[in-house]
Amino acid sequence: MGRGMQMSEQVLAIPQKITGISFFQSTLVRVLRYTLVRGVTLFITVIVGVYLTVLIANMGGYVDQIRKGEIRENVTIQVMNNPALRSLDPDAKRQLIDERVRLEEKRLGLDQPFLIRGFRFLENALTLRLGFAQLMNSNSGSRQVKLILLERLPATLLLFGVANLFIFFLSLFLALVLSRQYGSFWDRLFVVLSPSSSAPGWFYGLFLILIFAGWLRILPFGDLVDAPAPRSPVLYALSVGKHLILPIMALTLSSIFLSVYSWRTFFLIYSSEDYVELAKAKGLSGRAIERRYILRPTLPTIVTNFMLTVIGLWTGAPIFETVFNWPGLGRTLYQAVGLFDVPVIVGSTVIFAYLLAITVFLLDIIYAILDPRVRIGA
Amino acid sequence: MQTVKDALREIRRYPSAIAGLFIIFLLVIVSIYAMITIPYREAITLWRGGEGVWRHLPRTVPPAWINHFRSQKLPETIVLDSRKGAAERQESPLGDGKTITLFYTFDYQADDFPREINIFFETSFKERSPFASIKWYTPDGREISITDIGLRTGSSSFRFNQDDKLIRRIRRQIGDVPVEVGLFVAPNPGENPRPLKGTYQVKIQVTAFDPETHLDAELVVYGKVYGAAGTDHLRRDLRIALLWGAPVALAFGLLAAAGTTITTMIIAAIGVWFSGLVDSLIQRITEVVMMLPLLPILIMVGTFYSRSIWVILGVTILLNIFGSGIKTYRAVFMQVRESPYVEAAQAYGAGDWRIIFRYLVPRIVPMLIPNLVTMIPTYVFLEASLAVLGLGDPVLPTWGKVIQDAVAHGAPYKALYYWVLEPAMLLMVTGLGFAMLGFSLDRIFNPRLREM
Repeated sequence: MGRGMQMSEQVLAIPQKITGISFFQSTLVRVLRYTLVRGVTLFITVIVGVYLTVLIANMGGYVDQIRKGEIRENVTIQVMNNPALRSLDPDAKRQLIDERVRLEEKRLGLDQPFLIRGFRFLENALTLRLGFAQLMNSNSGSRQVKLILLERLPATLLLFGVANLFIFFLSLFLALVLSRQYGSFWDRLFVVLSPSSSAPGWFYGLFLILIFAGWLRILPFGDLVDAPAPRSPVLYALSVGKHLILPIMALTLSSIFLSVYSWRTFFLIYSSEDYVELAKAKGLSGRAIERRYILRPTLPTIVTNFMLTVIGLWTGAPIFETVFNWPGLGRTLYQAVGLFDVPVIVGSTVIFAYLLAITVFLLDIIYAILDPRVRIGA
Repeated sequence: MQTVKDALREIRRYPSAIAGLFIIFLLVIVSIYAMITIPYREAITLWRGGEGVWRHLPRTVPPAWINHFRSQKLPETIVLDSRKGAAERQESPLGDGKTITLFYTFDYQADDFPREINIFFETSFKERSPFASIKWYTPDGREISITDIGLRTGSSSFRFNQDDKLIRRIRRQIGDVPVEVGLFVAPNPGENPRPLKGTYQVKIQVTAFDPETHLDAELVVYGKVYGAAGTDHLRRDLRIALLWGAPVALAFGLLAAAGTTITTMIIAAIGVWFSGLVDSLIQRITEVVMMLPLLPILIMVGTFYSRSIWVILGVTILLNIFGSGIKTYRAVFMQVRESPYVEAAQAYGAGDWRIIFRYLVPRIVPMLIPNLVTMIPTYVFLEASLAVLGLGDPVLPTWGKVIQDAVAHGAPYKALYYWVLEPAMLLMVTGLGFAMLGFSLDRIFNPRLREM
């Protein structure tokens, strides 16, 4: 969360600097009122979204039946293989199995009807008591969903944080450069190449793995660090850096062309506005026009896109992380689904829903402050 | 509708649109060809077939055409079946029974060793099982004894590189090399063993204990290349999946893109026209759905409910109907609603639904078509993505499943590039085709972009 908050605070600080205190005061009241309404609506949305996730993840209780069958099988095997119980007669054994299955089901809370369990699940999820994983462990051996997810979060944040910020600012920069030299060779190249972004990142990842890891053998196939991991922190960081190159290249390739193309078109549309023509006629320098007449009116859109980029960080990408064997949230989610580990699935979705809601919330407020054309409270 | 016709005429001025259309046209041709030459049921049987269906094919070998780019030619598979007269057959009575001799002759000109060698027997007899003795003759006249085995009734097989006695014999006589190398290697190999080119012979001599005994045998010398597309780890011909991948990808992409964009647009139109409660309900649903992560939900559906491609398609459409598209269409419909011609329609007494479908929706078609076309690759890749996660349709052969098999069996690590590259290239070309057409259509239908 740290990075997202910092960024949004910086963004929040901009309008004060630009327009002064009076504007800020006049907006304060309406922003506060609007904030309250939006906050409540979003919270209800989160509740509905999370409950839907719980329903889907539990698929009307079917997962429980699979779990029950599994418990019975495990208990049966345990009892049958226990040498101390070998002398028991079959009836007594069956009773023992039934008893242990009942206890195990009670321990996992499977004896209550699904609807009640669903709501209990919802309540726990909303208060971020994510409970214990049924099968998965964190690397430190804990069963707590929170710990499992927290352990995976840094890897995802590192990869997608570095990649998305890099792509975001690089494409903004390139788009500004290209919009200045409209029709040049580079401009056309980006326009021509923009359809290449229809392929997802993992797809380019496959190619890059084939070329740089399989064929040239200069970069690793995947994973976070070399195995065994280097002891000294410097070498460790270098090793992680080396493992980051291919995934970041793949993510960049898969989105940079379309991203530059759309920003460039966007800037071009704004630079054909009358007030830009007027500024040019006044003889302002290109840099001043860019900063005051193009970047400022497009700020809300830029901020929106930046926030969407930040949201993208939280989800990770199950396939991308699986292809690169990256130990992040996405791959964890995929593993959890494979193991029918409902608490982990719901846990990651809940965290995602919360983060998305917070981001949307912040976005609305920033919008209201940055763009006076937005009629808020209406 | 006139605008649509004009636009289609204008397409000719965009080279990328022409290229895109050409690719799509090719894909359609390939799809039709696939569906005609390999009917659906046959494709599924072939794809799920297992060893029995594909036993003549070598495991994980690249396509045959790579030989055109190599100076060292890789061998192709040689299949000699006595049922098809590929063996010289001699039968002579011997006591109560008889001896059957099958004599196989083949020419070997490749610069590399074969992948493996198997013999498949088809035997029927009364009581005592017949006894086979197999001998190998190299072009330079050496005789190598392969094995002496009793034959079971029905089908049985002898796999050269799984027979311990043969492996030991080759090690003793020729050197520490695999069986298929030992049988073909030129004498005194030195550093770089090469196969001896020329005519090889295999003799199967069978002693049978009753005159009714029947025997057929098939000698397969597996090559290191196969067909137009190569094979995978289950000896399956990748051509099947690559051909059938085209109609599946087209159907999934088109249906998902059309299903989502058109429904989304209609829902947006309904919301804008009726406004009030309907509109805010649609808005709230959209917000909830946007909070649900698409891929995790599809993974859950694939794991818990069904992996059928049509179920996944349905869920994809359902989740995308209330996606961010609704907000975009809504903004446009808000403007259209205020147009004088809508007011005029109201004045002459047009009903709500008539206004929605005859006045609002058609206005937005120029915006819809490029969107729809541009969305197709997204869904084609979504299907591939799910397949790569192991959630592909269990029966249908698709490009994504080929990639998944390849990645799961370490194709990148084992330098089996063809296995990944063939389906990946097809996906890429398909994606590019639709994306190029879509981008051009966008510029044609939305003239404001054209000057850019």
